[in-house]
Amino acid sequence: MIALTLNGAAVELDLPDDFPLLWAIRRQGTLTGTKFGCGIAVCGACTVHVDGAPVRSCSTPIASVAGKSVTTIEGLSDPVAAAVQAAWTSLNVAQCGYCQSGQVMAATALLRSNASPTDDDITAALDGHLCRCGAYPRIRAAVHDAARRLATPASTPTAR
Amino acid sequence: MKRRTFLLTGLTAGGALVLGWATLGPRQRLRGSRPLPTTGGEVPINGWVKIAPDETVTVIVPKSEMGQGIHTACAMILAEELDADWSRVRVEHAPIDKIYNNIAAVVDALPMNPDSDGMLKQMVRTSVANYAREMGFMFTGGSSSVTDTWEPMRNAGAMARAALRAAAAAQWNVLPEACRVEDGVVILNDRRLTFGALATAARDHLPDRWSLKTPQQFSLIGTSPVRLDAADKSNGKAVFGFDAGPADRLYAAVALPPSLGATVARVDDAKAKAIPGVIAVVPLAGGRYGSRPGVAVVAKDWPTARQGVDALATQWAEGDGGEFSSREAAMDLEARAVRNDGKIWRDDGDVVEAYRRAVYSVEAAYGVPYLAHAPMEPENCTVLVRDGAAEVWTGTQVPGVVRRAVADLCDLDEDDVTLHQQVLGGGFGRRQIVDYVVSAAEIAKAVPGRAVQLLWTREQDIQQGPFRPLNRARLTAALDGDGRITALTSASAGQSMVQGWSRYLEDRIAQNFPEKTTVEGLIDQPYTFPAIRVVHDRVDLPVPVHNWRAVGHSYTGFYLESFIDECAAVKQLDPITYRLAMLASSPRARAVLSLAAEKAGWNAPIAPASPGARAGRGVALRRCFNAYEAQIAEVEISADRQLRVRRVVSAIDCGYAVNPDGVKQQMESGILFGLSAALHGEITIEKGRVAQSNLHDYRPLRLSETPVIETHIVVSDEPPGGVGEVGVAAIAPAVTNAIFAAGGGRIRNLPIRLEKAEVVR
Repeated sequence: MIALTLNGAAVELDLPDDFPLLWAIRRQGTLTGTKFGCGIAVCGACTVHVDGAPVRSCSTPIASVAGKSVTTIEGLSDPVAAAVQAAWTSLNVAQCGYCQSGQVMAATALLRSNASPTDDDITAALDGHLCRCGAYPRIRAAVHDAARRLATPASTPTAR
Repeated sequence: MKRRTFLLTGLTAGGALVLGWATLGPRQRLRGSRPLPTTGGEVPINGWVKIAPDETVTVIVPKSEMGQGIHTACAMILAEELDADWSRVRVEHAPIDKIYNNIAAVVDALPMNPDSDGMLKQMVRTSVANYAREMGFMFTGGSSSVTDTWEPMRNAGAMARAALRAAAAAQWNVLPEACRVEDGVVILNDRRLTFGALATAARDHLPDRWSLKTPQQFSLIGTSPVRLDAADKSNGKAVFGFDAGPADRLYAAVALPPSLGATVARVDDAKAKAIPGVIAVVPLAGGRYGSRPGVAVVAKDWPTARQGVDALATQWAEGDGGEFSSREAAMDLEARAVRNDGKIWRDDGDVVEAYRRAVYSVEAAYGVPYLAHAPMEPENCTVLVRDGAAEVWTGTQVPGVVRRAVADLCDLDEDDVTLHQQVLGGGFGRRQIVDYVVSAAEIAKAVPGRAVQLLWTREQDIQQGPFRPLNRARLTAALDGDGRITALTSASAGQSMVQGWSRYLEDRIAQNFPEKTTVEGLIDQPYTFPAIRVVHDRVDLPVPVHNWRAVGHSYTGFYLESFIDECAAVKQLDPITYRLAMLASSPRARAVLSLAAEKAGWNAPIAPASPGARAGRGVALRRCFNAYEAQIAEVEISADRQLRVRRVVSAIDCGYAVNPDGVKQQMESGILFGLSAALHGEITIEKGRVAQSNLHDYRPLRLSETPVIETHIVVSDEPPGGVGEVGVAAIAPAVTNAIFAAGGGRIRNLPIRLEKAEVVR
């Protein structure tokens, strides 16, 4: 049995040590926001937070997160994530949307540690998150927009 | 200006906007052969819209949402004419019915010059439209979705609006014309009835006639609301094929041929079956709808299924492609392009005479590689076979083909197969074929009563194909003393994407599809050349090929727009002025070219950002998918010869822009998809085996490589054209022309390798 915290709830999983975290999450039935993209940690679609840090769940053995706190896109609830998702929505970032859970997880982790990231900071944090639809210009714009929203929480949503 | 003839002039009262498929009449696609499925008291008004008592307006969309924003665009078109409350509008995938057949894409595929009118061509187009309506099929592709749904969506909305208004008028005992409709409410002075309250009665007031709005009356079309799927695609709630199906489903992984055409010789599945959690090992016959032979392992979860596949001792027998080499095939195609004895697609003017009088001649050979689609969501499909019926959960561009394929495989009637269509994690053409659906059905048949989800690995996605074909071309031109083109010839060689598709579809209409994709963008380009000859040698090779975003334009754009630059360079003429002089008969092409030049600051000096670097601008023009686009790329080549594309300015005329931000989003998407291929995309095959395996060596563009993109939309009252594929075609030549302008030499093969640039003159 491997015990961990998943989206704030304690869970115990009867799985082999090397079972990928991605598939352990998806076994929970309703948690389908975390995606399989490449299986070798190069695309970022499977990104979750482990103790707050972005991690590629497709290549993370379940035993390595024993005792840790795992958060998926469904478990995001803080103001930073809300700002990221509001920016993502209002700027129409997503196209097919398949990579976007991972992009949102990475952007949220970035903004929690860096309230006003530069373009270079954004590139460093998100360059490993691949998107075949070409949402990149809007991803960059939305990270900046989310930072602005967090800096001025009373402001109205970005006008379109 | 000549209008495209298939869009017969169905002028509105305003007279400004050509409406579309007037040839078929507004009623031919309005009502399906069966009532729409309903829940919660929903009332279907026609085949395109349902209204619920809680005021929800559900727009039925026959087009697959694969990122292009079509669900939002279609909902806007219908809601506009309905005068619905946009905040209550949602969408639902259409059932399979011939009223939803894709007519626009079939007609658009006819090998006709879009500029030429004529009675015979009109008749051919009309009869092909009728054929597609009766005998065709539902599919999403060819950047045709808005063009195809523009007229039925508008008519369906207007018809429903008229019915709701008539129902209210009857209750109030007034003429319908006395009432007005606003935001989901019918109003007469201070009296109000909502759509939800009127829906049932509206069924008794279905009108014979209704009127459409003029563009001046539009209040939703032409705006840029937040996409209907934007929130769910930012919070993980969007349900893709990968996420759909019964919660207790089993999972399958497959062993697929390691080389082209290989088949299973022998398999020892003892070790696989011994793994705890493995439930079944299923041999796959393959063959139907392009599906591959192989061995599937079904397990309680996918990692276990994959373990099972790894434990299979599968021996493969080499097939017809076991010795195939893409390097050798490229050499053969090059030789064929030189031999120039393929099918003659266009031969206008006197090429021989032009050469006899030529002062200069130009010749260049170009080439493009095989490419994989690599949508972010790998191929997957869930099938449940039970009690003489089947259910399917997947995201597809061809719902009717999915249903037919599963029925064929399971010996069922099509009516006994239910498809639960999901949103697609990227399509790009890959989800127009159902090879993986067939495999999923083969597997599910072996485990009756249990839903099974087949999921390919990324390696299988990249290595199994089908691919955008390898292609080679040789272009030549005769120039007069001023450097102007007097004759242009193009001879190319390669496989045919549509021929590949027809094999996958097992579909008569597709097999009879007039095959112009190999030369589209060459035979129907917007320039006027005094003489032009276009030849293509269609070659069969043992490599599966299929439509890839922008289809033939994905390489003909590179050929022609590179070559025109090479011709302009002979007398060092300005590439834009040079093009404009050949566009007298295409004002829309001239307009986008001029707009792009203005917005990009074409005539302003360009400076490199870093010391020792060189910068340049390049231009390319495309007419494709009923749209016109010019792109100007700015590149910088550093002192150590690293290429950076720093800015792309696009000017697009896609006809009436239903959702301007959606158009911009698709231009960004197409440009970056094309840039991804131009900079990195290459599938190579040796001994029948694909050398690339995952997203590290078949490498999509990254955020750090993304240029600033500026899109400028030409305001137009032409009917809506396509946007999804338009941006793909021009970016490669815009970038390579910019490399040339920056002194980096001439790039004639993709992907771009600066060290392979040729020094020209």
